[in-house]
Amino acid sequence: MSARGLHAGIVITALGVALAASSHARAEDPMDMDAVLHRSFRTATPDEWTSRLAQDETQALCSRYRNLPPAEVAAKIREAQERTFRYPGDGRLSGDWRDGAKLAAIGTGGHIGRIQPDPPGRPKGGNCYACHELAKGEVAAGNLGPSLTGFGLRLGDTAESRAYTYRKIYNAQAFHACSAMPRFGTNGWLTPEQIADLVAYLLDPGSPVNAR
Amino acid sequence: MTFRDRLLPWVTALASCLVLVAGARAEGRSAADAIHEYREMLEDANPADLVEMRGEELWSTARGPRHASLEQCDLGLGPGVLDGAYARLPRYFADTGRVQDAESRLVTCITRLQGIPREDVVRHWYRRGSDIEALVTFVAARSKGSPVDVPAREPHEAALLAVGADFFFRRSGPLDFACSTCHSQDDRRIRLQEVPNFTDPAAARASMTQWPAYRVSQSSVWTMERRLVDCIRQMRYPEPGFASDVLVALQLYLQHQASGGVMQGPGIRR
Ligand code: HEC
Ligand code: HEC
Repeated sequence: MSARGLHAGIVITALGVALAASSHARAEDPMDMDAVLHRSFRTATPDEWTSRLAQDETQALCSRYRNLPPAEVAAKIREAQERTFRYPGDGRLSGDWRDGAKLAAIGTGGHIGRIQPDPPGRPKGGNCYACHELAKGEVAAGNLGPSLTGFGLRLGDTAESRAYTYRKIYNAQAFHACSAMPRFGTNGWLTPEQIADLVAYLLDPGSPVNAR
Repeated sequence: MTFRDRLLPWVTALASCLVLVAGARAEGRSAADAIHEYREMLEDANPADLVEMRGEELWSTARGPRHASLEQCDLGLGPGVLDGAYARLPRYFADTGRVQDAESRLVTCITRLQGIPREDVVRHWYRRGSDIEALVTFVAARSKGSPVDVPAREPHEAALLAVGADFFFRRSGPLDFACSTCHSQDDRRIRLQEVPNFTDPAAARASMTQWPAYRVSQSSVWTMERRLVDCIRQMRYPEPGFASDVLVALQLYLQHQASGGVMQGPGIRR
């Protein structure tokens, strides 16, 4: 089973339990979050429900502590995330920075609903520019995350820096519990190969991120 | 002035604003700066004024199977009392047994007073030029100058406020997003778009008092529900139902945070 499959399996099982419990809770407390969600997202399909509205354990913990988990909970989260890493079949953690550049800019993919859904098959990107500065001179960059301009100049393009960068993009929360950054690999949003392309974009000396 | 005379300067200014926003992007200035210039060009007029006029007409015209206007609609301060009503929404209404926002309360009035079926009112509420857009704009404009006042002490309101706050921080979906991911820190931007920190009452006031808002990029007024549905779409969640508990709960949380701010809306946004 893939990481995603396993993950989904756990979520579905957890959801089953939650639903069984909540149908009981619902009768007593109409303001129970599950009850509210069921009433509000009536048109959600069972699959959308499991993949988009139900929480995995990490999401539930980060929500409960509003992203400031106590130290022992944070350690537990990081430890659980450590176990989610998967790597490209060929073992290469750095790919093509040109493909990485495209992925860093693409903000589409995965939008649903009747108002403005993405057409089927629309590519999903990392949308890194939403939160980070990357290539030198690209001003349309957000600041939710730290600037990554010159990232490769700082870290060097080595086996260690590739491994760190790959893992950070795959699952930021293995390093920083409840980070605002999406867990791109663990959540199956990007493939291991796409993440390797982003590693190249960040570290490759030829990438505009590392222009002097 | 004729309708066309009123419209023309807006159309011209609008075109310049789109250029300004694009220019601001290229120069790394914020969209807010460009919107500021746009406002100066308009001498503080707002294309939402036209939408507001249409809303006023919808409000006072007899329509529907019952040939009634909406003038007896109770938005919380008594039948027909408009001034300051929007600034006190969402609130609990005993006659429906629900906490309602402006959108949902207007639908109650349309169905009850005019006899128009709910499905017909709600079907395309989010489209440019919808009756809901016009009516909310009109009603909100009648709160200009009133302080936002949503203490949410009434028990139904208090319970839903807690839901709104919990949902604001509730992470899920393939990008692990909650509202708080983007809206809980000061001075943050997504690309070039400034994202208010709603956990800070001052920032919540500055933002919420501008809504509903004419969105230059959409050339239409967006109600608060419309704004929230789009953020929820960007979170990759399924689409919440019109006036669903989640949408009302979030507005309750946001308006509660913004209480004390003086309503200026309809505003202008990117
Ligand atoms: C929603 C916001 C958001 C998005 C989108 C996002 N990040 Fe991040 N990122 C952050 C935040 C916040 C941090 C700092 C906290 C942390 O380390 O987890 C961060 C940290 C990082 C770091 C660690 C920097 C260091 O000094 O070690 C890297 C590398 C990184 N991001 C790469 C990416 C890449 C590549 C993408 C796109 C595929 C991306 N991020 C998308 C928010 C985001
Ligand atoms: C991934 C980032 C992101 C998330 C998550 C997000 N928003 Fe937003 N939100 C934005 C951006 C970007 C804008 C500004 C858009 C613009 O300038 O056109 C915005 C605008 C808003 C505004 C209007 C602010 C103003 O002053 O004009 C409100 C209100 C709002 N969001 C509430 C929410 C709520 C409530 C949630 C959760 C249900 C949420 N947002 C989730 C990015 C986000």
